[in-house]
Amino acid sequence: MAKLHFSLVAPERELFAGEVDSVDAPGAEGDFGVMAGHEPFMTTLRAGVVTVKSGSSVTVYEIQGGFADVTQTSFTLLAEHAKAATV
Amino acid sequence: MASLKEMRNRIGSVKSTQKITKALQMVAAAKLRRAQEAAQAARPYADRMASVIANLAASVSGPGAPVLLAGTGRDHKHLITVAVGDSGLAGAINSSVVRAARDRAQELIAQGKEVRFICVGKKSFAPFRRLFGDKVIATFDLSKSKVLTLDTAEPIATRILEAFAAGEADVVTLFYSKFKNVVSQVPTAKQLIPAIVSDAAGAAVTPDLKGGVYSYEPDEAAILETLLPRNLRVQILSALLENKAGFYASQMSAMDNATRNAGDLILALTKQYNRSRQAQITKELIEIISGAEAL
Repeated sequence: MAKLHFSLVAPERELFAGEVDSVDAPGAEGDFGVMAGHEPFMTTLRAGVVTVKSGSSVTVYEIQGGFADVTQTSFTLLAEHAKAATV
Repeated sequence: MASLKEMRNRIGSVKSTQKITKALQMVAAAKLRRAQEAAQAARPYADRMASVIANLAASVSGPGAPVLLAGTGRDHKHLITVAVGDSGLAGAINSSVVRAARDRAQELIAQGKEVRFICVGKKSFAPFRRLFGDKVIATFDLSKSKVLTLDTAEPIATRILEAFAAGEADVVTLFYSKFKNVVSQVPTAKQLIPAIVSDAAGAAVTPDLKGGVYSYEPDEAAILETLLPRNLRVQILSALLENKAGFYASQMSAMDNATRNAGDLILALTKQYNRSRQAQITKELIEIISGAEAL
């Protein structure tokens, strides 16, 4: 399966950058999931949980508002505040 | 000629000054590394933000564009935000930014424009209050905030947006010192409103749509509306981070110079002290010998 390049960037630092299978994020108009080959779109985000799935590993981040930029091969998430959350 | 005791005291005092400058230099060097890392870590965000906004700006131009992006169409009222350090003993870094901002302000005033100021960092309060008095509409003291985050930049951005919304400003410019490398910090003016989108290196970002047609949720204008104030905060934060790194770099080299100068001074004083001590001993010997011969 094609991989998606996901990067999670907070103002202070880059929290995550790498190839993943899918990402779930809380969009302003509803949660959405992104996999490789997604239609390009941009949206603002509300506070919530970002779930990053890669193979069998799942990483979860808490974000407080932000912005998502999705292209066919990559997903850039600019978060206001972000931190790794425990599942 | 100073007495020997006076000279000893003088040497002692220069020595303790040297200890202080040496300590300051080492502290600055340690802090510089951290500040530099912070400045670098913040760059990806600012760059991505800039490219996203450039993308959006390309699709939302014309009369409907938000005022933060397009400006008010006038340039009569200028708001100058000056960001410097909160303490001194750091060479010319603070004063060169202050001077750059002051020159720009006087130029604008000479053109008949209205200029107001927001001062960030203690070292800018006094010069601007003295020169421009009540034109300083806000001051921010950052000496309490050890770590610079988006929350540090927030009140500054809010104040700027307030002033903009109240019609007190048509053009907002931020003066800070750009951290080029450890030995060179450049006083820089960055225009915040109307937004000129540029990446960390200062080059204008050209829209890169990668041929894809984006869909927007909500629409472009709404996204831009929330993104632009956020971008303002990010721009301010990145300027503050650069400032901080530059400040420590400048302090480090200033203190290194001071330590070296103190060393030179100690050498010169010690030489002078030894000479006069020897001269005094010789003089006393001659007195004793001539006294003995006279008997």
